[in-house]
Parts: sequence; C-alpha cells; structure tokens
Amino acid sequence: MIKLVTAVIKPHMLESVKDGLKSTGVQGLTVTEVKGFGRQGGHTETYRGAEYAVDLIPKLKVEVLCSADDVQSVMDMIRKSSHTGKIGDGKVWVVDVEHLLRVRTGEMGEDAT
Amino acid sequence: MRSRKLLAGGILAIGLVVVGADAAWAQEAPVTAEDVQKNLDNVFVLVAAVLVIFMQAGFALVEAGLTRAKSVANIMMKNLMDFCAGALAFFAVGYAIAFGTGGNDLFGTGGWFLGSGAFQYGTLTVPVTFLFQVAFAATAATIVSGAMAERTRFKSYFLYSLVISAVIYPVVVHWNWGGGWLSKLSTPFHDFAGSTMVHMTGGIAALMGAIILGPRIGKYGADGKPRAIPAHNIPYAVLGTFILLVGWYGFNPGSELAADDAIGGIAVTTTLAAAAGAIAAMATIWMKTGKPDVAMTANGMLAGLVGITAGTAAVSNIGAVIIGAGAGLIVVAAVLFFDRIHVDDPVGAISVHGVCGAFGTICVGLFATEDSEFWKQGLFYGGGTDQLVSQVIGVVSVAAFVAVAAGLLFSVIKATVGLRVSEEEELAGLDVLEHGAPGYGPDVTPVSPPTPIPDGQPVTMPTGANS
Repeated sequence: MIKLVTAVIKPHMLESVKDGLKSTGVQGLTVTEVKGFGRQGGHTETYRGAEYAVDLIPKLKVEVLCSADDVQSVMDMIRKSSHTGKIGDGKVWVVDVEHLLRVRTGEMGEDAT
Repeated sequence: MRSRKLLAGGILAIGLVVVGADAAWAQEAPVTAEDVQKNLDNVFVLVAAVLVIFMQAGFALVEAGLTRAKSVANIMMKNLMDFCAGALAFFAVGYAIAFGTGGNDLFGTGGWFLGSGAFQYGTLTVPVTFLFQVAFAATAATIVSGAMAERTRFKSYFLYSLVISAVIYPVVVHWNWGGGWLSKLSTPFHDFAGSTMVHMTGGIAALMGAIILGPRIGKYGADGKPRAIPAHNIPYAVLGTFILLVGWYGFNPGSELAADDAIGGIAVTTTLAAAAGAIAAMATIWMKTGKPDVAMTANGMLAGLVGITAGTAAVSNIGAVIIGAGAGLIVVAAVLFFDRIHVDDPVGAISVHGVCGAFGTICVGLFATEDSEFWKQGLFYGGGTDQLVSQVIGVVSVAAFVAVAAGLLFSVIKATVGLRVSEEEELAGLDVLEHGAPGYGPDVTPVSPPTPIPDGQPVTMPTGANS
C-alpha cells in the first residue's frame, strides 16, 4: 500500500524538513512553490502609502511517497521539523496512491518508492 | 675612445634637432594658459554630458523597477526611444529653437541641424555645447514615461517624445538659458541646472499625460480609494536611483559650463541635498505608515536632487540640506495627494520632478546667500523678495506653458492615433502585444532539436488495486 504524504510548510523550514525526512529513510521528495491562505486569511501591507492585501502567502508544498508502514514516522518528522508554533505553520495530509511506476526500471508499487 | 666620441656627437646632433624642432613649433603656436583652460573646460563639460546621458540608464531602471513585470519591456523601450527621438529632434530643430540667436524673447532660430549659426557657449566648442544640452533635453523627455507607464500605446508615446524634445522643452529653455524673456526680467530668473527648465517641464508634461490617460485598471477600488500596485523589482529602482545620483554630478557641476573653482562646491550641495531628501522622505513615510518604504525613500533622494538643481551654486551647504529635506518631505505628501485625486503616477515622476522642481526653484529666492552676477541674495539672508518674485514668475509661466502645450499635444494624440492601449492589452501587459515578446519569462521558442520518442518496454499493470 502506497501513500502520498503532502505537506504545506513555511519556505524557510525546508532545510529542516528535508534533512529530517532523509534521516527517517525517505529516498525522494518533490517540492513546489505555492501560495495560499489559511484560517488567518492573510494580512495587509502598505506600499508608497497605499494599502494592499497580502492574502496569498508564499509556501512550499512537499510531497513524499512512502509505504503505509512509514506514514506515521514521516508525519511525525514533518510535524517536528516544520513546527515553529506561530501562525502559518501549514498542514499535512495523506492520500492513497493507486499505482506507482519508476520510469527508468519499470518497477511498480512499493518497489518504486 | 673614438667610438665614444662618435656616440657623444650623435646624441648632441639628435638633441639639437629636437630642440630646434621644439623651438620652431613654439614660435608658431605658443601654448597659453587660456588655451589650457579652454581645453580643460571642453574636456570637463564633455565628461559631464556623458554623465548626464548615463542618467537615461538610471531613469530606465527606476521606472522599470517601480512598475509591473508584465510591461517591463515596454517601459525600457520608451526610455530607449526617449533618448533616440530626443537626440535627433533636438539636433534637427530643438537646439535652434532653444539657443538660436536669430529669434525673439519667446523662441530662437538659427543653427538648424547644427548648421551655420549654431550656438556655442563661452570657451566651449559647438559640439560640446550641443552634447551637454541634448543630454538635458533627453532628460526632460524621459521623465514622462514613468508617469504614463503600463497603459500608453507605444507609437503615441513616441510621437509625444519627438514633440517635447523638438518644441516644448526648447521653447522653455529659450526663455531662460537661451536669452529669452525670463533672463531679461529686472531681476533675472535663476535656474542654475534646470529644476524648472528640465525637471518641472518633464513633471508638468507627466501630469498632463497621466490626467488625460486616466489611472491603470485596478488602481482604485470600488470605493474610490487608491490601491497599492507594488513595484516588481526594488533592486532595479534603487540601482537606478544611485545611477541618477552619479549622473547628477554631471548635471549640476557640469552646468557651470567651465572647469573652475565652483564645481566642487556645487558637487557638495548636490550630495547633501540628495542625502537629506532620502532621509526626510524615509522619516515621513515611516511616521505615516509605520514602515520605511524603500520606493518612497528612493523617490526622496531624487526629490532632494531635483530640489537643489536650481540653487546648487547659490546656496550654502546648510541651505542645501534644508532644501533637500524639504523636497523629501514634500515628495511624500505629493505622492499621497496625487494618489488621492486619482492621478495615477506609478513611479512618482510628477511629485519628484514637477512638485520638487517648482519647490527647488522658488528656494533660490529664499536661500541664495549673497548677490552675484546671476542671482540676488534670498529672502532668508536679508536680500528681500526681488529674486523670490522672479522665481515665482518663472515657475508659474513655465508650468502654465507646459501644461497647455503638453495638454494640447496629448489631446490631439488621443483624438487621432489614440493614447491608451485596449483594456485586454493592459490586463495582459504591454510587452507581448506592443513589442512581440515578454521582458522576462521562458523562451518562447524551443531551442533544442525535436527528439523522436524512443522505443521502450510497455508498463505491465499489476492486478488488484493499491499495488
């Protein structure tokens, strides 16, 4: 059983998350620059004296494929390594993966993680 | 022994030839101190002209940085063409209208295409005089591009650029530097390097352009309140500001039009006003919004420079600090004011060049420390109001003329070729639709040769889900 763990984190926490996941044995991950807002709904700033809304905050989306057995340790590590305790620390969610293929070798399923 | 004698004789002979040649040359053209000074003047003003031309790069970067990425190629193109259109238009007719000795108090004639009768100043040659002046003409023209950024049709802007350098700016210059009516007032109007002549002229033209054009889509909310459209590249804006500062050491000291003992003092008042302007603007916006806004602080440095340009030779160092700080405070108030009355000036050109140009010019009548050949002592030093009145007359008359001339020009362009791009084009950004390619972004055409899809193993789908 393959799981896709997706985490939205603060950009400056990437190093810590990446190193943490490596230490748990994760062999690969994908990072995307994203923008979004959560419960706080962003904030306002001023430029040249006029206000503007900063409601889409830059974040990084980290995606990790792992076996169901490893989900607990991956989620624990993401929480530990991306936690600052301040607003905007992000979220982690897990979904089932139907198929997984490693392009170079043709391996399928858990062999391909 | 003999060979040594020959050698000595040879050296003596060569020496005689050299001395003889030198003596003959010296008899033909004795080099006087005046010759050296003349050459020095020409070298200095030529270098100053090049510094002023480099200001074009500063304007380009400030305007590009303070606007949005989607129209960055367009604003660069406008800056490129301001210089080129300005150089040719000023060469063909502008220089004659500005400085031609055959005209009247309102405009000059003579020296078209730098032909016979072309003006030269003092010890400067015609080419050096022209180059310095054409650099100024291009400066006045390029001020406008930022205020009309992100929504003006390129060909319409190009037409404007030709006309301001060919006619509007030269007429203004003739009134004062060209020996026209402002230089013949009982107390002549004094604008040393062009707070009014160059900067306010550009600033008022920018004001008329921004008014006739209207604000950018989205600049004002449904409630009519101004919305910030943040700069896309603050490093560009600050680098451009520094380039303008460096260029100003050609602009102001060069306007002495001679390499003499005044240029150092002018460079110092220029420096002090720039620094005071930036700090005053930073402090003002910091108190107003709680943060030291970078774009506004950069505007403040330029405001200080524009402000000191008229009085740079006439005021004391302390006077320069006060003028610069005053301009830095005023520029913030002016930017907020124009924002509020729905005049959308993305880079603050109207406030920096128009408002602070007028302010700096009037300050000559307040801060000039003592009487001289070119100006009278200012009000704050006990010199009375003679110079102050002349300064106000100059500012008001130039502002009125430029407002009418530029207003007419933009109205005619609007009614004929059209002034503004379509709504669709403005929302997409001007770069691709006006110029064919984005300023930034991915390559629009693939650069690698097409690769055939290689043969490979088919994927064997496992049976059952979640494998």
